[in-house]
Amino acid sequence: MHKRRLNRRIGTEGTLFCILMLLCVVLALATNSFLTLQNLFDLLNNQSVNIIFAVGLVVVLIAGGIDISFAVAASVVQYVVLSLLMNYLGGGNWLLGILLSMLVGMLLGLFNALLIHRFRIVSIIVTIGTFNLFFGLLMYFTRGVSIYDIPDWLYYSVPLLDLPAERGSATLYLPAAVMVVMVILTWFILARTGFGRAIYGFGSSPESARRSGVSVWKIHAFAYGWLGLCAGMAGLMQAHIVQEVVPNALIGQELPILAAVVLGGATLGGGRGSVLGAVLGVLLLAVVQNGLNLLGVTPYAFRMIVGLIILIAITTSNLGNLLPRTTKARNV
Amino acid sequence: MNKQPSTTGLRLGGDTIEVAAMTALLIGSIGLFSLLAPGFLTATNFGSMSMQLPELGLLSLAMLLPIISGGLNLSVTFTANIAGLMTAWLVQGLLAGMGLLSVPMAIIAGLAVGAAAGFLIGVIVAYVGAHPILVSLGAMIFLQGAGEFLTRGGGISGMPEVFQTLGSGSVLGIPIPMLIFLAAAAGLIYIMHFTRTGFSIYMLGSNPRATEYSGINVKRVLITVYTISGILAGLAGMVMLARFNSVRVGHGESYLLITVLACFLAGANPFGGFGRVLPLVLGLMSLQVIASGMNLMGASQHLATAVWGAFLIIVMALRMPFIKQS
Repeated sequence: MHKRRLNRRIGTEGTLFCILMLLCVVLALATNSFLTLQNLFDLLNNQSVNIIFAVGLVVVLIAGGIDISFAVAASVVQYVVLSLLMNYLGGGNWLLGILLSMLVGMLLGLFNALLIHRFRIVSIIVTIGTFNLFFGLLMYFTRGVSIYDIPDWLYYSVPLLDLPAERGSATLYLPAAVMVVMVILTWFILARTGFGRAIYGFGSSPESARRSGVSVWKIHAFAYGWLGLCAGMAGLMQAHIVQEVVPNALIGQELPILAAVVLGGATLGGGRGSVLGAVLGVLLLAVVQNGLNLLGVTPYAFRMIVGLIILIAITTSNLGNLLPRTTKARNV
Repeated sequence: MNKQPSTTGLRLGGDTIEVAAMTALLIGSIGLFSLLAPGFLTATNFGSMSMQLPELGLLSLAMLLPIISGGLNLSVTFTANIAGLMTAWLVQGLLAGMGLLSVPMAIIAGLAVGAAAGFLIGVIVAYVGAHPILVSLGAMIFLQGAGEFLTRGGGISGMPEVFQTLGSGSVLGIPIPMLIFLAAAAGLIYIMHFTRTGFSIYMLGSNPRATEYSGINVKRVLITVYTISGILAGLAGMVMLARFNSVRVGHGESYLLITVLACFLAGANPFGGFGRVLPLVLGLMSLQVIASGMNLMGASQHLATAVWGAFLIIVMALRMPFIKQS
């Protein structure tokens, strides 16, 4: 993990930012629809859910863990919160919806944290267990039936910024604002508080963090609880965007988001990564897909190209390992 | 308990305990559902269980090897998919004119595609040194995308009758897919316990640095691990193709995390170095018994999934104090 990195000077975020900018310039020149306000706003609207997930996940990765269950947790939140609101609270409103989503999501995250901390089970095992547990129970209780009857406040999209554009107008909706809030909050905690520093410290070396007085339970509870909270928010926003709740709509999102966050510089060993990197990772994959779309490439090829980009990124960011090392015999 | 890395051959000690625990689990779950679920102890039920087990079983074997070596192969399900697609495409397209000979050739080609996918993952893991979770994750997304691109989201169906025989036929009352699975498990037991390669894989998982210093070609071992994993996944793809008589990208996708679950349940260590084939086979049978038993009791497959998840957490909570942490 402490190998010499070729891109140490500007960091992963810098490299990613340069690639992203380059890509944007190329797309702006190659297509006449990329650099329009509508397209850029659409990108932000569509990626807000993924970015909320990503900033939650990056905290867990920095703390040296991994979580597979967050997308399922978000689906559970959608069902639990909407059922509660519709059946017991007379429909509710935005404030209630957001608070409940954050609370339920956080509780699911804390459940993971409790298992990881109390029983010392490795996070990947716990979250694979809770993935199956949550998903199985969700499908069992909902019988796979979607909720189409959602309250009005959640149904109608909330425009925040409406700018005139070439064709009609370009509109930025509420999820984008929620995303910005979650990004700034997570960034602030990680980069500007002592607790954030402790999370990095714990991720790099759990034992030395523990010995220097960091509360391991607090780290675990925060990391998984925060991811749960973010997942709850993302779940609510996703329900808002698609105007319905489908029990398995978010399943399968967890691994691509994990890949995007890792692309953004977080490692599976812990101690590394940043909110900016996570956001850039999601945006890079989104811009690639958007660009392919605008260039007229068949959508069936998107995932293949994204996979290839991930493989190339992994390979090039570890290029240092391919260089011969002096301390080692060559033919081991 | 003897915690040394294994020498070749089946050993007593830790292995016996693991096998005994998994046998007890299997007998316990069979006993439980014999009492609870009417129609559990019938030949029909055992027949359908042994039809369903091999797909998940082969994918789990494909997952076990990378886990023992200290990694993970998240691409097993889509490797199986791509291998199945290749075989189906060859049978219906390029080799269609060759009659019966086309089937074995297409199957070999499908397995070769699985092997190639595994080989590439192994090369990247070995030479780039990136975390296997990431490499196989990237490969998974790539393979899924390649499948979507090649099939345009559709499926290939209508295989020749030979496949139907392979998928639903039986020899001496045992379904052919089950025989394939048992043969693969036996082969893997041989490789892991009686060959130098198997010994090297256990050593590598236990302590990569010591393995490297002891003169074992770690890179080659890693490539072998993922290649075998790819072949086993390809075999799972063949079984799925034969059983459903069709192949579609995403078939069996939901098995992915369950294969990891099964490996950990059967005593594989998430940090590598430990994990045996026999307990995995027994553990898989228990999972199948739970699913079938609950199904007979009128519960859905989804509730069985939830029980599997809960089961994994409970077993790991009990096991964790005894596991070597790296």
